[in-house]
Amino acid sequence: MTAIGAPPISPFADKQGYSQAPYALFQSEDIYAHEQATIFQGRSWNYLCLEAELAASGDYVATHAGDTPVIVVRAEDGFLYAFENRCAHRGALLALDSRGNAKDFTCVYHAWTHSLQGDLVGVAFKDGIGGKGGMDPSFCMANRGPRKMRIATVHGLVFGTFANDIASIEDYIGEEVLSRIERVLGGKQPKIIGRFTQDLPNNWKLYFENVKDSYHASILHLFFTTFEINRLSQKGGILVSEDGGNHVSYSAIDPALAQSTEYTEQNIRSQSEFGLNDPSLLDGADEFGDGVTLQILSVFPGFVLQQIQNAIAIRQILPRAVDRTDLHWTYIGFEDDSPELLRARLKQGNLVGPAGYVSMEDGCVGGFVQRGIAGASGHSSVIEMGGVTAESSESRVTEAAIRGFWKAYRRETGL
Amino acid sequence: MSAMTASGALHRIVAAQAAYARCIDDSGGEGWADFFEDDCLYVVTTAENHQQGLQAGLVYADSKGMLKDRIAALNEANIYERHNYRHILGQPLISRVEGDLVWAETAFIVARIMRTGETSLFATGRYIDCYRIGSDHVLLRERKVVCDSNRIDTLLALPL
Ligand code: FES
Ligand SMILES: [Fe+2]
Repeated sequence: MTAIGAPPISPFADKQGYSQAPYALFQSEDIYAHEQATIFQGRSWNYLCLEAELAASGDYVATHAGDTPVIVVRAEDGFLYAFENRCAHRGALLALDSRGNAKDFTCVYHAWTHSLQGDLVGVAFKDGIGGKGGMDPSFCMANRGPRKMRIATVHGLVFGTFANDIASIEDYIGEEVLSRIERVLGGKQPKIIGRFTQDLPNNWKLYFENVKDSYHASILHLFFTTFEINRLSQKGGILVSEDGGNHVSYSAIDPALAQSTEYTEQNIRSQSEFGLNDPSLLDGADEFGDGVTLQILSVFPGFVLQQIQNAIAIRQILPRAVDRTDLHWTYIGFEDDSPELLRARLKQGNLVGPAGYVSMEDGCVGGFVQRGIAGASGHSSVIEMGGVTAESSESRVTEAAIRGFWKAYRRETGL
Repeated sequence: MSAMTASGALHRIVAAQAAYARCIDDSGGEGWADFFEDDCLYVVTTAENHQQGLQAGLVYADSKGMLKDRIAALNEANIYERHNYRHILGQPLISRVEGDLVWAETAFIVARIMRTGETSLFATGRYIDCYRIGSDHVLLRERKVVCDSNRIDTLLALPL
């Protein structure tokens, strides 16, 4: 839904910069509509799907760019196309399945046909029957199709945009963040091992703030500390892209410690009686060979790539209403995974998602905020841990990446 | 042991499942792991994943120890709002009996009652089970909890 008329009045007060966020941003229908127009349909690259989901000609995925339903498809020419999942006639959905294979997209309502490239190519009874009825002679099918998106693929990830005046996907993501995507996905053939949709009871921005919040991890998530799991995660940091919208948070085992026999023996197992009954939960491999045990990466406005040990997942954040968000999880492995590595991914999957030992809380805190701010639309949150700028940092006790989000948000929405 | 009949197995499974539901709904899952064999598989997934042969689960445990850890984590580590479930189970459909192993499928509906009083239909689906039944035990060797919907509420803390 595109906002019509004047943009809403900005709830930001002077000097709030991006270190405070007015609560009205999470409550206002007008702002929600404005975001749809300026961000999701505006100058952003929306994550759509994995290229691995579109292997053959005619393979398609029906997803969303913000509120807008879109189809991503591999056409006969071998290229990927994306366009609104909206019939050129009177607007019905064209694809009624989430994924499949199609020769074309023929609307169920009055059978108008659209090619795999999203062009209107057929109108049922166009010339009427027996010389009676039919479309007006002035009707022309060219340029009548649903709105098309520009598509870009990077390391097997498919992004789409409705904007013409936007940087290439590589420049948009930025070199530093891009190299961390490459670290996980570069040159690999991803294999989907599960899909889940998590229903978040909060505004989409509250979830995105949580993803970019490196300050809360050791405070809110007590699983590792309670079971005294020795993680030896000595190094870590935050990278924030220059434009603010994208980030990487990571932690890594100190290489000196990792090489000691003490570490090899203890690995990441518990040493205490409060330990896990079955510590094989965390058995796995250093598959990227760099000791990085955790890398959470985000691309504005709705993409997250997660690597927690061997649990790798893509999360697509889709707003549904002011206080509702869909979080689409795609759990992946790679085609060349050994059975042991696949098993490790399946077991470490317990760490994430709605039942995740370290992310069960993340799905709930957004709702706690949404409910907590109910009477406080004139007030603002405080995002000043680690200063008021949005720069990379060696400390993870910072809200720099969240400020980066608000920097990008204010630029794109003009609020 | 004399050969088990499907109807003999049915009665044992109905009783075991009633106790299983009570354990989760009325005892916060304390002792839940004891419904399983040591070497077991417990997976919570969706019908879509199950149908497409995608193996990952929201919960994936391949030992009784992992099930004990799940309850311990809920009690000791994880932070969430207090809630309860109420399981309503259908009649088990026995699909196969082989020695002391019995394969069964049971439909379930689970309501969730939050501490605020809000009661909602939390999940529907079916258990796809393999039981080992002896003279003094009915234990799950495998339980796949296949939820009908691919949309999962933001919190799945207590087991299904
Ligand atoms: S709405 Fe699609 S053919 Fe009429
Ligand atoms: Fe978190």
